[in-house]
Amino acid sequence: MTISEITRNQMRELAARYPKSRSALLPMLHLVQSVEDEVTTDGINACAEVLGITSAEVTAVASFYTMYKRKPVGKHHIGVCTNTLCGLLGGDAVFSALSERLGAKNNESSADGEFWLERIECQAACTHAPVMTVDWEFMDDVTPAGAVEVVDRLARGERVQSTRGPVIRDFRATEHTLAYPLDGLVNEGEAVDAKMLVGLRLAKERGMSAASVPAGEA
Amino acid sequence: MTITSNAGSDLSPQTEMVTVVVDGVAIEIPKGTLVIRAAELLGIEIPRFCDHPLLEPVAACRMCLVDIEGVPKPQPACAQVVSDGMQVRTQLTSPIAREAQEGVMEFLLLNHPLDCPVCDKGGECPLQNQAMSAGRPDSRFEEEKRTFPKPINVSAQILLDRERCVSCARCTRFAEQIAGDPMLELLERGSMQQVGTAADQPFDSYFSGNTVQICPVGALTSAAYRFRSRPFDLVSVPTTCEHCASGCSLRTDHRRGTVTRRLAWDEPAVNEEWNCDKGRFAFTYLERGRVATPLIREDGELRVASWPEALDFAARGLAAATSHGVLVGGRSTIEDSYAYARFARVALQTDNIDFRVRDSSDEEAQFLRAAVAGTAVRTTYESLEKAPAVLLIAFEPEDESPIVFLRLRKAARGGTRIYSVGALATRGLAKMMGTLIPARPGAEGSALAGLTEQVRADLSTRGAVIMVGERIAGVEGGATAVLELARTTGAAVTWVPRRAGERGALDAGALAGLLPGGRPLTDAVARGAVAAAWGVDSLPATVGLAGTTMLQAIKAGDIGAIITAGVELADFPDPALGHDAIEAAAFVVALENHHSAITELADVVFPVAVVTEKSGTFMNWEGRPRPFAQTFKDALVMSDAVVLGMLARAMDVPIGASDVSGIRKELGALGAWAGERAEQPNTPPGRVVDGDYLVSSWRALIDNGVMQEGEPYLAATAPAVTAKVSPATANALGKPEQVTVTGPLGSITLPLQIGDVVDGVVCLPLNSPGCAIYRDLGVRAGEAVAMGGAV
Amino acid sequence: MITSGLTPIITEHWDKPDLYTIEGYRRVGGYRALAAALRLDPDAIIGQIKDSGLRGRGGAGFPTGMKWGFVPQNDGKPHYLVVNADESEPGACKDIPIMLANPHALVEGVIIASYAIRASHAFIYIRGEVPHAIRKVANAVEQARAAGFIGENILGSGFALDVVVHSGAGAYICGEETALLDSLEGYRGQPRLKPPFPAVAGLYASPTVINNVETIVNIPYIMDRGVAWFRQFGTEKSPGFKVFSISGHVVRPGIYEAPLGITMNELLDYAGGIRGGGRVKFWLPGGSSVPMLTADHLDTPMTYEDMAAAGTMLGTGTPMLFDETVSVVKAVTRWLEFYKHESCGKCTPCREGTYWITGVLEKFEHGHGSPAEVDTLVNLCSQIAGRSFCALGDAAATPYPAALKYFRQEFEAAMTLSADEQFNPVASYVFAEAATR
Repeated sequence: MTISEITRNQMRELAARYPKSRSALLPMLHLVQSVEDEVTTDGINACAEVLGITSAEVTAVASFYTMYKRKPVGKHHIGVCTNTLCGLLGGDAVFSALSERLGAKNNESSADGEFWLERIECQAACTHAPVMTVDWEFMDDVTPAGAVEVVDRLARGERVQSTRGPVIRDFRATEHTLAYPLDGLVNEGEAVDAKMLVGLRLAKERGMSAASVPAGEA
Repeated sequence: MTITSNAGSDLSPQTEMVTVVVDGVAIEIPKGTLVIRAAELLGIEIPRFCDHPLLEPVAACRMCLVDIEGVPKPQPACAQVVSDGMQVRTQLTSPIAREAQEGVMEFLLLNHPLDCPVCDKGGECPLQNQAMSAGRPDSRFEEEKRTFPKPINVSAQILLDRERCVSCARCTRFAEQIAGDPMLELLERGSMQQVGTAADQPFDSYFSGNTVQICPVGALTSAAYRFRSRPFDLVSVPTTCEHCASGCSLRTDHRRGTVTRRLAWDEPAVNEEWNCDKGRFAFTYLERGRVATPLIREDGELRVASWPEALDFAARGLAAATSHGVLVGGRSTIEDSYAYARFARVALQTDNIDFRVRDSSDEEAQFLRAAVAGTAVRTTYESLEKAPAVLLIAFEPEDESPIVFLRLRKAARGGTRIYSVGALATRGLAKMMGTLIPARPGAEGSALAGLTEQVRADLSTRGAVIMVGERIAGVEGGATAVLELARTTGAAVTWVPRRAGERGALDAGALAGLLPGGRPLTDAVARGAVAAAWGVDSLPATVGLAGTTMLQAIKAGDIGAIITAGVELADFPDPALGHDAIEAAAFVVALENHHSAITELADVVFPVAVVTEKSGTFMNWEGRPRPFAQTFKDALVMSDAVVLGMLARAMDVPIGASDVSGIRKELGALGAWAGERAEQPNTPPGRVVDGDYLVSSWRALIDNGVMQEGEPYLAATAPAVTAKVSPATANALGKPEQVTVTGPLGSITLPLQIGDVVDGVVCLPLNSPGCAIYRDLGVRAGEAVAMGGAV
Repeated sequence: MITSGLTPIITEHWDKPDLYTIEGYRRVGGYRALAAALRLDPDAIIGQIKDSGLRGRGGAGFPTGMKWGFVPQNDGKPHYLVVNADESEPGACKDIPIMLANPHALVEGVIIASYAIRASHAFIYIRGEVPHAIRKVANAVEQARAAGFIGENILGSGFALDVVVHSGAGAYICGEETALLDSLEGYRGQPRLKPPFPAVAGLYASPTVINNVETIVNIPYIMDRGVAWFRQFGTEKSPGFKVFSISGHVVRPGIYEAPLGITMNELLDYAGGIRGGGRVKFWLPGGSSVPMLTADHLDTPMTYEDMAAAGTMLGTGTPMLFDETVSVVKAVTRWLEFYKHESCGKCTPCREGTYWITGVLEKFEHGHGSPAEVDTLVNLCSQIAGRSFCALGDAAATPYPAALKYFRQEFEAAMTLSADEQFNPVASYVFAEAATR
């Protein structure tokens, strides 16, 4: 598939955001994935053309970053954190369950091409271990059965709500958000959950506060 | 390796000096010098892979870790600059440095295949050598090595064994920093990091071979040389490249009488450590299609003859003619050109001589006599680097003098402003960060009259240079305008011919109206001095015929006998005229190393030596003599000068020295002309040809040139052959994928390419596969063609 | 000096559902500090931040005011502020929560910091894997722009600023500040040679300050309430408060904000202790890149200096605690697999060293290997530490020697017993659900 003129114009728009156009390359490659499902040769060449650099330079960048894929991802990207903390706290079991459910190993697609399964690194959600992501939206505190259920529901086209984020759309939509983050979903879902408030609530419970510390005093 | 400025070669009085102690030995060196260079100056070799003095430091391989007093961690010597009083301890005196280097070496060998017995680099491999000097005897690694399918082509010529790569990034930095061709890059990440290209775009750089040479392991090899020989079986001889007027130092490696490879050799003043792929990979021609014995024409057929028979035959034929001409191809050494210049005036008593087997003009001849021949070296590679501005006219350095291109790119990276007068903003100009001064082909001279104040101011700055290509001959009034611009701005003018022998031929006097050392033939004093040096009473005093006029005279029968040397008839802008002239000549003596169209027409053919079989000197565009020695010491093939000497004796004419050292002595004794120079041209600008589409054209570096024959891998890296036009022109044509270009002699169909071209101009390569404009279209640059979308 | 108790400051209003909107933020005093700051001389702000003693919250703990002070002034070049929001350190989860809960505090800090260092362009580089945090910050930037806090002549001060929210694409190394700059310029995220340092030649070769999210979020609070107020928290060398994310086998993992100098024991107490009344086997005060500690160190104050004295580092200040069900061999192997995966490939020791060590550790995890290799690995780590191009190599060389120091017998047992044979993996899961494996 070739990159449409609409996408090329968006690329030019992204390039114009920065004092030096090449800075837009990472968002531009996300944009490529939002229309191509992966970083294709056409996508690479389009980025090179817009930025006036070589395709080799774009390839060098595209192949460096984990989020850029060289195979089609499919409808949904399923990530399971299997770094030490999440993995040992149950992420390994979650991954195994999903692997079995999808018939896919790490960095593989399910047979129907709908789900991409990947062991992902720490997602900065360790307080919510084990963590799974669907199209990079958080699915916190997941269990093997819960993870499989998420996939089952997605497979049936049912609504799945991220634990700290919006209703799951698809991989391409998230990739578009990464290029254009003002996607109108900022108010969707709860971004702050009990674990993020646990200290605050405990402090209130126990009457501990920094407000009592006087301002501006030596 | 080149000692670059940061190693102290560029010592101005203001340079601040510091004292650094390496392994207990103190040395005073310029502030800012890298520790690794400081150690080199003391003869201390710190092992290294990523370090290269002509590339920016990256400190990636960590092989050069040294121990610096007061610094807790070992530091990379390749990136650490010295400071006053710094105490450095290398592996020679510091267990910390030694242990750090051994550790890095152990890591480097982890995933290295250790396939030295089948690796081209084995025997000259920095990894192999430094593993011996800086490594441990055993590895503790017992896990599985990382493997890759091997090798892969990064271009038709360059092959990559990823397993051998140590990720030093020399090749990728060369491509980006030096060549300006970032088409070879580090891909992937971490232990999967590897060199590679885009999926659909190979590393087709004119300079790609340098990456093979600077690869410190056997990761990059060339298709032409891979598996051909072991370095220790080769005999290496330093030489000078014969392909163009850049004048690169090369090293020729040979085995059993055959050249196996050529490498760039270290010449800081000229090519630094680089060369182009043509110079590196085009040498099969040396052995192909050689004329093996003298040949004489008998009953219309050439037959093998003995030397005495052929010499006698030639002498009689030349003597029988009343008028003569000499055509010296632009590829002769200065010594051979001198022999022709002298032979013409003394043995043939004629001034009909020219070395310009290409487009030429009388105005150009005047320009060369007045402003170039025998002039002292003024503009050099080094001065280009320091020039505030350089204006290029009728000159595309990347194609026509690639090492000039590299130096101009280096200059531009350092702030030199580059301007190019022409019809196309070329990829080379982009890599020099240059500015196009648009001009329709033929109107380049007029464009000089309309330069902006900014350009004129830049050219008026001390050190500014105007570089004129040989194609100025095709621009009526061009050379005149260049000299006028130089006069009014004070910029230096330097002429950059394409062929290796042209500047030398000019200085040797192989051009009508010109005697050696830039002496005007019309000057009686000059003429008398040369006659005396040559031991004759007089020399022809009237300026002879040259260029097209000479060809026409030959064709008309006004010149009866001619001598040709290294002449490729297809190189004349009117190949038919060339052919007809030679055919019409009553007697043709050809001194050639290869069978060609001209040997087919000659009456006598003498085999002469190629560059590997003789010694000699090429004078490069700077006017710098680039002498070279004989590669094959036992070669029996004689040089042109020696054959001319024998011919002169057969004609019973004294001709002086015909050996290289004798000729050098004669040339040296004559020296350069200090008297009044020949008159400058004063040609008004020509009228730009009418026509919808004018042709802009020059020879691509890699094209159908005869010296590139037999090099399929090189040929496959040539740029795409297209008809390049502006967006507006493309629209006017209806943006077809293919376009048919029609000239008086025929049509060719090429892919249409859109570029930064002056409207109404089509850029075509001059002599590339599928597009030889003289032969196929019958046009030269500046002439009109018809164009239309092809079905 | 306040060094105990919980002190919600940055997190004080996180329970207000509209805090992420500009109205919600302003209702709790948001952008008050900005208005005040813009009335000060930029150098005065730098001076205050220097005086506050605020240290970088990204892991290295470099004094923020000093960093700002390195930016040459009146050099005629554009200056840039770059926020490092690439939070990827295993175990660290404080910056992403801050951006999810209170993005405007970050934006306000960005504007003040930019004004102080005279930057007219700021970039917030957020790792690509957290779209919801990116949304929140991008939205906050747009709201601030609409409110006149970003753009030309901000609040009539004459100061102009543009802020760009930039998505990364998955590379831990981009948390290294010079790698982040290369990445932000559209290159492979490989670290740069220093010098020149970013303060002199950073983004686009211009003077640049790179600060962590939490560091920047401290700025409005310091400007609003004063240096003296700030310095009441923490210790002399580690002033201020910290958003601690506590994870692992604790009863109540989550975000706890407390002064620096609080002990892990006290924090652990707030987090409900180890689940099931168990004991800490090992814990890491701030990410996988700092050496692990044991239950013996729970009383060490969480400060830069005390952690250094204990042989570790405060790092990101995001403690991970593991109970006795966990195989340290497995934990370390997994971390090394991470470093191998994330090594950028530029330098030999890190690229090849992580490849080698991971291979050996994976053997250990599966019950293979030889006793000699237990010590060989220590030597290999020493061949990386201090010799790699950037701190990633040092980090990769950290977990194994630290673990070996306390748990040598477990590694030696790995010659014959796999990690799963030594420790039933199911026991360390935090859910009761039967494993499917």
